[in-house]
Formats: sequence, structure tokens, C-alpha cells
Amino acid sequence: MGFFNRRSDLPLTGDATSRFLPWIVAPMVFLSAIALASAFILNGLIGRWDRDIAGTLTVEVAAAPGDADQSASPTRARVDRVLQLLQNDPNIKEAHALSQEQLIALLAPWLGSSDVLKDLPLPALIDVTVKQDNDLDIDALAAKISRNVPGASLDDHRRWLSRLIGLSRSIEWLAIGIVTLIGLVTTMTVYYATRTGMAIHREVIEVLHVIGAPDGYIAEQFAHRAFILGLRGGLLGLAMTLPILAAIAFSTHKIEGGFLGDLSLPLLGMLSVALLPGVAAALAMLTARAAAYGVLARML
Amino acid sequence: MTQHKRGLDAIIGACNSSDGLHKDNSLARQQADRPNVVQFDGVGVRYGHGPEIIQDIDFALPAGSFHFLTGSSGAGKSSLLRLMYLAQKPSRGRIMLFGVDAAAAKRYQLPALRRRVGVVFQDFRLLDHLSAMDNVALPLRVAGAPEQDIQKFVPDLLAWVGLADHVDAKPPTLSGGQQQRVAIARAVISRPELLLADEPTGNVDDQIAMRLIYLFEELNKLGTTVVVATHNANLVGRLSYPQLRLQDGRLSHG
Repeated sequence: MGFFNRRSDLPLTGDATSRFLPWIVAPMVFLSAIALASAFILNGLIGRWDRDIAGTLTVEVAAAPGDADQSASPTRARVDRVLQLLQNDPNIKEAHALSQEQLIALLAPWLGSSDVLKDLPLPALIDVTVKQDNDLDIDALAAKISRNVPGASLDDHRRWLSRLIGLSRSIEWLAIGIVTLIGLVTTMTVYYATRTGMAIHREVIEVLHVIGAPDGYIAEQFAHRAFILGLRGGLLGLAMTLPILAAIAFSTHKIEGGFLGDLSLPLLGMLSVALLPGVAAALAMLTARAAAYGVLARML
Repeated sequence: MTQHKRGLDAIIGACNSSDGLHKDNSLARQQADRPNVVQFDGVGVRYGHGPEIIQDIDFALPAGSFHFLTGSSGAGKSSLLRLMYLAQKPSRGRIMLFGVDAAAAKRYQLPALRRRVGVVFQDFRLLDHLSAMDNVALPLRVAGAPEQDIQKFVPDLLAWVGLADHVDAKPPTLSGGQQQRVAIARAVISRPELLLADEPTGNVDDQIAMRLIYLFEELNKLGTTVVVATHNANLVGRLSYPQLRLQDGRLSHG
């Protein structure tokens, strides 16, 4: 007799109180899986953003007045002054100005044809890489650049990204909170279902006690039943989740610009989501066992 | 007589296959100076704030004795039995079961004590969702007996109580008498040290009643202490066993 068709002395199979359990566990696992997957995806996204901007700064040098031809030379001089300031700073590893072609490629998605862009006085952008172990005072550097070079400003990506990261972290915590709350609701449901089941089968339990069954013998039968029902509901919930996750991953491939990047679930996330039915079943089993022991302790 | 022996063989065989319980039994039986199987000292039972339904109960059952528990309906026979099979706590007094103070025993010690007691309930208390076979096998399964021994001995005992053709029948499909025989088989399958039977012959004809009493007597000869609660004056009169008479909640010996 295997684990899944273990014989039970208690008539739990047709029990009305436990029959609904899979239908409660399934949406719980579905919601947990979505919340957990969101947390993993957001975490990956934040990590990617963090890595992308770590140790990099951008200096924007506004184009000098005049048309494209007139402003080219003074703008170039401003860029050189900024590069000199940066190269004199011991915390800066590397600084280089983006070429005209690179700038046009960046602006093309928003401003259209590159021929038109060539005739516009474009600001210059300097890509700065900061040394790994540094004591750089970004505010001081920004002030120094703006003081010495008219129209130049230091853009610390963190200033705008930190708000986005903060928002993402909040959503991540919210997801963790949701999973915890769902776990609690599932626990409470199993707890009360088990207690109701024990009240219904009180006479059978009394007979088992008189025959000499220890509490563990009886509690294990409730725990085993809860495990099977929890697993059944968990697998159903997982089956509901998979198409949603696949749809999210598919839809993000359509977003251009690489800002969001790949939103598919990382391997650890996949494993965590795949484990949810097992976790739900284990949670149901432990809860049912604890509830059963609690009730049995009050019986003679 | 062959059939009779077969029933006993089934009980003894099943008994020997159930490790822990019967190691305890054999050990207990080897103790020459063991205390009384049951001893009540000044026991009283009341429900809530009501009057005591049984009071000042003092008696001792020596190991291997056979007693009838008699008394009119409502005299407290079932309550007295419930105290003996540890389904109820006394409101006062002390109950010693196999030399253990039942009130002082730890909760985890109770199942082992209960496994040494076989009970035939007046209302049978069979589990309706289980077959006759599984009902009778319950005490062995609870004691951890091997499944092949259960499959071997339980059908023999069911055959002996005249239910060979009803091994797989569920209790609701059996008559009252048949259910009672299943209940008796369940109580004796593990050859308990103490057998408590509440009106065991109430739903069977005289022939079956005498066969059941013979079974109890054979178990008694093997060392089981037997208490049979009954209304059946004819049965009590035919057998010369001592009586515990309950009247208005008080006990007298006879």
C-alpha cells in the first residue's frame, strides 16, 4: 500500500469538510505563485538595473549657441575641459565622449531620421566609469563641473533610478507579504477544517482511543489526508499559474528598448514556484497534525 | 469443538503476531506477584454538579477471575465499565489498572494500558465505513501487527463467530446479532488481559450466546480477566461465577 492510497481507519475520504480544501488551496497557490514570481522577476530587474549603472556617470554638455556648424567647435572645447577635469580626478577610471554617430543612434527612436539630426546642435554626452573602490563625492564633482564648464551637468543615474528601485522594493515586500498572508489563510482554513472533521468523527476517534490507538496514530491519518488534499489543490493552482507566467514572459519580449529586459522567471524562481504545491501540502499536513494533537489532548 | 478450537487458535495466533503489546502481556503474566488487574477504592462519578451516579465503589478483580456485573437499567453498569476501560475519569477515588494508578498515568502511557483491555460495547461501536474484516483487525493494526498475520487470523476468527461469508460486509448491511459478533471478535482478537463486555449476549440466540460465553471462558482459562455486564438472569444462573451487583449506584458483591 503506497503513500498516496494509504488505508485510513477514519472515513475521511468522503468528508464534506475536507472535500473543499483543494478548491481553496488551488487559488491560494495560484496567488502565491504569481506573487512569488513577481518578487523574483522584480528582484532580477532591480539587480540588472543596479549592475548596469553601478560605477557609471554621465556628463551632459549642452551645445554651444548657434547652428550645428557654429556650435561644433565651442561644444568640443567644453567637452575637452570636462574630460580634463575628470581625468584629473583620482576616483575616475575612464571618461570618453560619445561620438556623433552614437548620439544620433540614441536619439533616432524619438526624433526620427538621422539626416535631420545631423543638422541640429546636439548636446554632447560623456560616459564616465568610476573606480571600484573610491571615495568619490558625486555632489562635489557635479558642482565642480558646472562651475568650470558652462552648460555641463553631471547626471548621477541613481538619483532617478533610486526612486524606481524603491518602488520596486516596496512591490517586492508586498509580494512577500501576500505570500505570507496566503500561507496564514491556508493554515487557518486547514486548522478549522481539521477541527470540524474531528468533531464529526469524534465517536470513531473515541473507539480508536479505547482500542489503544495513540494520539499520533489518529493525528497522522488527518495529517496524511490534509497532505493529499493540499498537494491536489497545489498542483491545480500551479497548473493555473503556468500559462500566466508564460504569457508575461512572452509579452515582455515585445517591449523594445531593453529597458525591462527579459522578464522571464529565473531558475531559482522557477524552482520556488514549482515547490509551492509541495510547500502547501506540507503546510496543510503540519497544520492538520497540530490541530489534531490539540483536539486529542483535550480528549480522554 | 474443532470450530471452537479454530477460533481460539486465531486469537492466540493473532495475539502472538502483535509484538509490543504481547511482549508486555507475556511479561506481565510471568510476574507471579502482580497486583490485582483492577482495583477501585472509594470511586464515585458525577456529571457536572448533579448527584453521583455511582458512589463509594470498592472492589478488586484478581488476575484470571470471571465476574458478572449485574444491575437494573440505569444502575451504572456502563459507567463502571467506562471507568475500567479508561474512557472516563472518576470524580473521586482511585482506580488502579494493572497496578498503574490510572489518574496519575501520563497521557502517552494510556494507549498501552488500553491495549491490554478488550471491550465489547453495548451499541457495538463498529466503524460503518470499514468491512467486518477491517473492524476486527483494528486492535492488531493499532498494535502494529504484520498485515500477513492479520489476513491469516482475522478471517478464522470471523468464521468462528459464524461470519465466514461476511468478511467483506460493512456493518450497516449486517443484522444486530451479526454486528455484535463482529464487536466481540474485535474485542478478543488481541487476547486482552482484561475483557469487558457490556450486554454481549443481548442480540444473539441462546446457542450463539453460549458459544460466546464459552469463548470468554476459554480466554479466561488462558489468563484473561473477564467482566460481563448483563441483564440475562438465566445466563448468570447457569454459570456459577461471582457477581458484582450495582443497585442505585452502589456496589454489592455476591
